[in-house]
Amino acid sequence: MEVTDANAAMLSNFEVFQLLTDLKEQRKGTKNKNSTGQQNLNTIMYETLKYLSKTPCKLQSPEILREFLTAMMDHKLTRAEKLQLLNHRPRTAVEIQLIVEESEERLTEQQIDELIQTITVCLPGDPEEEQATEMQQEQADVEAEDEED
Amino acid sequence: MFVLVEMTDTVRIPPWQFERKLNDAIAEELNKKLANKVVYSVGLCICLYDITKLEDSYIFPGDGASHTKVHFRYVVFHPFLDEILVGKIKACSQEGVHVSLGFFDDIVIPPESLQQPTKFDEAEQVWVWEYETDEGAHDLYMDIGEEIRFRIVDETFVDTSPTGPSSADASTSTSEEVQKESPYRLTGSISEPGLGLLSWWTNS
Repeated sequence: MEVTDANAAMLSNFEVFQLLTDLKEQRKGTKNKNSTGQQNLNTIMYETLKYLSKTPCKLQSPEILREFLTAMMDHKLTRAEKLQLLNHRPRTAVEIQLIVEESEERLTEQQIDELIQTITVCLPGDPEEEQATEMQQEQADVEAEDEED
Repeated sequence: MFVLVEMTDTVRIPPWQFERKLNDAIAEELNKKLANKVVYSVGLCICLYDITKLEDSYIFPGDGASHTKVHFRYVVFHPFLDEILVGKIKACSQEGVHVSLGFFDDIVIPPESLQQPTKFDEAEQVWVWEYETDEGAHDLYMDIGEEIRFRIVDETFVDTSPTGPSSADASTSTSEEVQKESPYRLTGSISEPGLGLLSWWTNS
């Protein structure tokens, strides 16, 4: 066996998730998928799908990816940084600073806020979490109003 | 986290599988050979992405099976240096914090890469970050099962292919210790703001 190119392309979590889901559908009909030879594939597919379904990639689609990458074109980020933003969907400035190298020199605070806004708009988030943060925000608003009275 | 690796290999299809479509038989053989296995200096192979080229199939004397040279691309888990990943704490020991991703287990965060100052609590066998603010010191426990965000700082590949027969003395003394070295190991770090347990950094 020969490895011709150990780094031919980078794949986003969404692409791997889609590939594994399609493969799983394809293998549903076949008869010998539980033979000893196939156990390794079954194990790795199950574990990887389990891990990826808890990440933001579960809610993405090819159109969303395209839209996100077009929106990111003005921000001058490297491919690796855009990939990490896509896979992690950061919501705070601290997370952005982890992903983008030398962010203090390359991005102003306003640009970081713009980045967070673009990410929140383009990439869908976990609906349960969004509801929880909305409720927290509403509660905080109500408490602030009570204090004013 | 995942990369596409181009590889070439000769695949053997036994005669009883000749009725199947060649592409399907080859895909199954490749997955059987590589899925969930570590290739030295490449990474943990996940599944076949596609077959780019099939060369002519040959049958050799003495063996009824066909041999086909295949060019294909495989999805491999191979995070790049300084990549941020999220995993679950599997165990804590003197060596550091062991993190698992479900499909990949050999990630260690050594004590010097933990948030400083951190100490090891012997009673509960967990690492504790002693976070000091003006109000006082908070003890943040790194419990098992917690989700943790970390940065990859190093990777180690170990060649676990079997070595030749060892001498008689060596085999009798090491018969009890079976050396189980993981072929692919990652070293992480959480010594930056934003890294560590997710619960430490969420806005509440």
